[in-house]
Amino acid sequence: MPSKVNFTIAGALRYFAIALYVLFALFPIYWLVKIAVTPDRLIYTEGTNIWPSAFTLDNFRSVLFLTDFLVYFKNSLIVSFGTAFFTTIIATAAGYAFSRFHFRGKVVVISVMLITQMFPLLMIIAPIYKIMAGLHLLDSLVGLIIVYTAFNVPFATFLMQSFFDGIPKDLEEAAMIDGCTRFQALRRVIFPLTLPGLAATLGFIFTAAWSELLFALMLINSNENMTFPVGLKTFVSKFAVDWGQMMAAGTLALIPSCLFFILIQRFLVQGLTAGAVKG
Amino acid sequence: MTEIQLNAVNKQFGNVQVLKDINLNFKDGEFVVLVGPSGCGKSTLLRMIAGLETITSGDLIFGEDRVNDLEPRERDIAMVFQSYALYPHMSVERNLGFSLEIRKRGAAEKQEKTAKASGILGLNQLLDRLPKALSGGQRQRVAMGRAIVRDPKIFLFDEPLSNLDASLRIEMRIEIAKLHHKLKTTMVYVTHDQVEAMTLADRIVVMNAGRVEQVGTPLDLYSKPNNLFVAGFLGSPKMNFVDHTNKALHLPKTSLHQDAKTYGIRPEHVSVAAADKKANLIGVVEVVERLGSDTMFYLNYGSENPFVVRVPGIDQTQVGEKIGVLFQQENLHRFDQSGSAIIA
Repeated sequence: MPSKVNFTIAGALRYFAIALYVLFALFPIYWLVKIAVTPDRLIYTEGTNIWPSAFTLDNFRSVLFLTDFLVYFKNSLIVSFGTAFFTTIIATAAGYAFSRFHFRGKVVVISVMLITQMFPLLMIIAPIYKIMAGLHLLDSLVGLIIVYTAFNVPFATFLMQSFFDGIPKDLEEAAMIDGCTRFQALRRVIFPLTLPGLAATLGFIFTAAWSELLFALMLINSNENMTFPVGLKTFVSKFAVDWGQMMAAGTLALIPSCLFFILIQRFLVQGLTAGAVKG
Repeated sequence: MTEIQLNAVNKQFGNVQVLKDINLNFKDGEFVVLVGPSGCGKSTLLRMIAGLETITSGDLIFGEDRVNDLEPRERDIAMVFQSYALYPHMSVERNLGFSLEIRKRGAAEKQEKTAKASGILGLNQLLDRLPKALSGGQRQRVAMGRAIVRDPKIFLFDEPLSNLDASLRIEMRIEIAKLHHKLKTTMVYVTHDQVEAMTLADRIVVMNAGRVEQVGTPLDLYSKPNNLFVAGFLGSPKMNFVDHTNKALHLPKTSLHQDAKTYGIRPEHVSVAAADKKANLIGVVEVVERLGSDTMFYLNYGSENPFVVRVPGIDQTQVGEKIGVLFQQENLHRFDQSGSAIIA
């Protein structure tokens, strides 16, 4: 049957394309891990071999026990969770308001939020530095959380707004007629349906804060307050780059992001609103 | 069970006035259907009764109480939405019992009322399912069940059947009629489907462009429409309107009226005759529709719209034949310049 043959060929091609993409996307991570487990002496001599002839965990050992990596790691966790938490709360509230209410100045607020996304960060780093200095928040994790939150709220708000827009207004109205206050309707009906959106926003903001370098580099200068991306730079000395340790640190730094996404992926893939309204 | 009164109710969205000076009185236990073309304001009016839209001016009274400023949850109403608006993350059972859950009623009461509602609507087998695993008709039933469980003072329906296919729509229409008979609660039902309006309503409110055109029992509106709009809106096929200057029209003197600018006659109130002097209207058959029970003729009589004739049974008249039409004079409607009916 020709149609079935076509179908299987199309299916095979599709999987081939997906496999190709996965390979492409995962290769850098593979390379990161590969170099992390390669003994120092082999890094340059074996060049681009797919797998080193000797395997070692020395790089991980030295990163964990001989450097300040754990301090950076802890700071990054604090900053990333703090940013993700505050940004999501603010963005959820703002996104709900933009999605459901008409109020004076709504267009202005949205436009201003959009404009903030248009400037290159380099342009505003000097004024931000000045402001943070005035607030005595230089070289502090709290300062970093505030700056990250401020910069992520607009995008996160638009993201949340689009999730709220996707939830039919009828559901809230039905809940309010069923006896809920607006807040109860939000909490018991709308909020559970926004979980995929919340998870996506949390994940996005967490990763953004986790990997941010520029502000962290400018605003943090003491070793005990450095976040991970800044700390990574300490592996680059004037005359050499310690590739093995750097890659080992990078591999370890992937772990929280991976855990976080494993945790939220259930919500990301769920199409919870299916069946809410007419089918 | 509650009477609903609307006194001089207005609604404005910005500069647009969508409802103009609405005065209505729905009796206790009455089934009222609000009907009209899209954008006539019927859904807005329903949402104002529900408390989902504010009232710009005027009074909305349930029983003795003015409820303008009450929240939806304080009005003791239940509403069935066009989209059903089932909570997608809750099972059918929880959907049904949600209003009781919110009001912190006991498990026993919840169980009893949910069971009763699901029994009435035949949902017993579906209680554990999520809405996404239900068909359109089943979702519709759950939406109605959710309203029944509440045991509210007033039921509101916002075009509840418009997402269903034709046969299911008829089935659910009968269910709703039975439900009203059983519960005897005041019900307000919005639709643009005049068949639903005619079959369900104790009284129909015909709306157009934010105004009430006429209020009355279905048969009142059918036989004594106040104006051209109501006459044309109710009835299928529509009433035929013939301009008083049309050359094809020959009415007996007793049927004429000096102020009448338009004459109206329903397709079922005419009969086919020879195309001679006795005929009230002569035209050429352009289209014939044979429905088995009825035969419809669309006549060209020199006007923009065809004249529709509906005769019972099977009629052998063919396309292209010239035929005459006799009007039942007692069912002839006359309308003046402004479109208002002239009561002879």
